[in-house]
Amino acid sequence: MSKYSQDFLCEVYRRMYLIREFELRSIEERRRGLIPGFIHSCVGQEATAVGACLALNQEDVITSTHRGHGHLLAKGGEPKFMMAELAARSSGYCRGRGGSLHIADFDLGILGANGIVGGGIPAAVGAALAFSMRKEKRVALSFFGDGATNQGSFHEAANLAGLWKLPVVFFCENNLYGEGTPQSKQAPICDLANRSASYCFPGVIVDGNDPIAVYEVTREAVERARRGEGPTFIEGKTYRFRGHYEGDPQVYRLPGEMEEWLKKDPILTFRKRLLDEGETEEAIREIEQQVQQKLDEAVAFATSSPVPQLEDALSGVYADTHDGKVF
Amino acid sequence: MREISYSEAIREAMCEEMRRDPTVFLMGEDVGVFGGVWGVSHDMLAEFGEERVRDTPISEIAIIGAGLGAAMMGMRPIAEIMFGDFLMCAGDQIVNQVAKARFMSGGKAQVPLTIRVTTGAPGSAAAQHSQSPESWFMNIPGLKIVVPATPADAKGLLKTAIRGEDPVIFLEHKMLYGEVGPVPEDENFVVPFGQANIIREGKDVTIVGVSIMVKKALQAADVLAKEGIEAEVIDVRTLVPLDRETLIRSVAKTNHVIIAHEAHKRAGPGAEIAAMLAEDAVEYLDGPIVRVAAKNVPLPYSPVLENYVLPNVNDIVEAAKSFWPGKA
Ligand SMILES: Cc1ncc(C[n+]2csc(CCOP(=O)(O)OP(=O)(O)O)c2C)c(N)n1
Ligand SMILES: [Mg+2]
Repeated sequence: MSKYSQDFLCEVYRRMYLIREFELRSIEERRRGLIPGFIHSCVGQEATAVGACLALNQEDVITSTHRGHGHLLAKGGEPKFMMAELAARSSGYCRGRGGSLHIADFDLGILGANGIVGGGIPAAVGAALAFSMRKEKRVALSFFGDGATNQGSFHEAANLAGLWKLPVVFFCENNLYGEGTPQSKQAPICDLANRSASYCFPGVIVDGNDPIAVYEVTREAVERARRGEGPTFIEGKTYRFRGHYEGDPQVYRLPGEMEEWLKKDPILTFRKRLLDEGETEEAIREIEQQVQQKLDEAVAFATSSPVPQLEDALSGVYADTHDGKVF
Repeated sequence: MREISYSEAIREAMCEEMRRDPTVFLMGEDVGVFGGVWGVSHDMLAEFGEERVRDTPISEIAIIGAGLGAAMMGMRPIAEIMFGDFLMCAGDQIVNQVAKARFMSGGKAQVPLTIRVTTGAPGSAAAQHSQSPESWFMNIPGLKIVVPATPADAKGLLKTAIRGEDPVIFLEHKMLYGEVGPVPEDENFVVPFGQANIIREGKDVTIVGVSIMVKKALQAADVLAKEGIEAEVIDVRTLVPLDRETLIRSVAKTNHVIIAHEAHKRAGPGAEIAAMLAEDAVEYLDGPIVRVAAKNVPLPYSPVLENYVLPNVNDIVEAAKSFWPGKA
C-alpha cells in the first residue's frame, strides 16, 4: 500500500466513508418519512465501488444497478442531488421522477442505476461501441451483481463485447446473494469470473472488500480496454451487511456468516490500515467530519427543496411532443 | 364464510392444486426459502419440498421457457415472475413460444402453464416496477389474461388457470394482496373464465373495472349514490376471454359506460373494451365511452406526480357526473 500517496489513500477512505454514511442517512431519512420509495443499500460493498471508480477517468462511463448509490457516489455523484432525488424533490438528479433505482448524471459519466437486473449491461457495451467507433480512448464499466450473470442480457452483451473487442469492463459484485437466494443456488459455478472464458476475455477474482486490490485489477482492465485489447470480467467477492432492501427479514442468511464478514468490514479494515500507514487519528476524524457535514447539507437541501409541479409529469417523455399530440 | 386475504387465497389455490395433482409445481425467483417477495408462497417449501417449490436464478427467459417445455411434457407449472415489468425480459418466450405453441404445432402442443405475476403501482416504485402489463399481451392470440380483484376470485380464477389447458397470465395487483374477503373453502370452488361479475347493480351508468380499479369503482359508486347517480359496477375478471354479453347487457340498461384501469390509457385494456362496445353496443349508448386510466407517461417516483398520473376514485366520479352536466 505504501506505493500510494497519503492523499490518495485518504481519498479512498473519504469516498468509502461517504458511501457508508450516505446509506445510513438515507435509511434513517426513509424511516423518518423523507424518502418515499424503497432503498437497496450497499452497506458493506463500498470497496468495490470506490476501487473500481478510482481507476476510471471522468470521461469514462459506468452503468449501475438497483444497488447503485455507492457506484454513483464513487463516480463523483453529488450527495445533495442524490438525497433530493431519494426524497422525490424537483432538485433531485432526475427531478423526482426516478428515485433510487434510476439516478443518472451524464456529466459525470453515470449512465444510470437500473431497476432491471442485468438491464444496464448491454448499454455499457453499446457505450463502448460508440467509443471504439469514434476512436476515443474512453472506457465503459458496468456494475452488476452475481445474480445478474444468470440473465441473458449479460451473456449476450459479454459475447458481443468479446467478439468486437470493445473497451468495456464487466464488474461483478458477488455478494453471495441475489435477493434471498444464495449464489450457490443460482448457478453451478461459484467463481463467476470463469464466465468470461466462454467469451474469450480474461476473468479475474479480487477481494471485493479491499479497495486497493480492486483499484489495481480495475486499472489493469481499464488500460487493457484503452489499448484496444477488449473486455475484462472482474469479480469482486464481497457481502452486503443489510437486507436486500430495507425491511427485508433476511431469513436466508447462514448462521455465523454475517459475523465472519463483519470482521472484513471494508471501512473498518481500511481505517485501520490508514492508521498503520501513519495517518493520524485526527486527520481521519477530520475526513469523517467533513463527510458528515456534507451529508447534513444534503439532507437539509433535500428537505428544503420543493416537490415537483404536477405538469412536470407530462414533460420529458419525448424529445419532441408534437404539440402534445404524443399524450 | 371465513375471510382471508387475496394473498392467502392465492396461496391456498396453489397448495390445494399441488396436493390434488402431482404435476403442479411452482417455480420463480425467491418463491421458496424467501416465500416470495410479497410473501405469497410462504411456507410452501416446507410442505412441498424443493422439487416442487423451486427457487430459480434471475433468469426470466429460462423460467418461462422451462415452464413451456415442462407443460408440453405433461406438467402443470406455475411460473412466477416477480414484477409484471419483468415479463418483457421473457418477451420472446411468452409471445413467440408459449402463446403460439398449440396453434403452430397443429394442436400437438398442450400448454397448461400459469404465469403468476404482480401488476400495478405499489407507491413510489417508479417506472420499472409499477406497470400494468395486461394489454401488452392482450394483442397476442393464444394467451389468456386474468385480473382478479377480490380474494375469492383470486382463488377461484387461479384454480381455473392451473386446471386449464391453455397458458394464462395471472396478474396479481400488489395493492390488493392485503385485501380481505370471504373465500369458499371448498376445494372444487373455481371461477370460470369469461364471466364478468356484476358486483353492484345500478341503472344509470356502467363502470367496468379492471383489477384494483374495481375497488375504486365501488368507492366511486358510493359517492355517486349520494348524488343520485346509480352506478352498476362490473368486474371484468378476465380480459381474454372477455365477457362481451354481460358488458353489453349492462350498457343496454344504463346507456352510459366508463372503463377504469390502472394501465396507461393509450391502447390499454379499455381501448379494446371500448372498441368492442362501439362495434356491438353503440345503439344503447347515450354518451361517449369514457376511459379512466393512467396518463400516457411512465410511472413517476414522486408520490405527488404518481398520484397525478394514476387514475383515482374521483376521476371515476367526475367521469360519471360528466354524463349529466346539468346535475349538481
Ligand atoms: C429482470 C429482473 N428480475 C428480477 C428482479 C428483482 N430483483 C431485484 S434485485 C434482485 C437480486 C439481484 O441480485 P444480484 O444481481 O446478485 O444483485 P444484488 O442485489 O445482490 O446486489 C432481484 C431478483 C429485477 N429487478 N429484474
Ligand atoms: Mg448479489
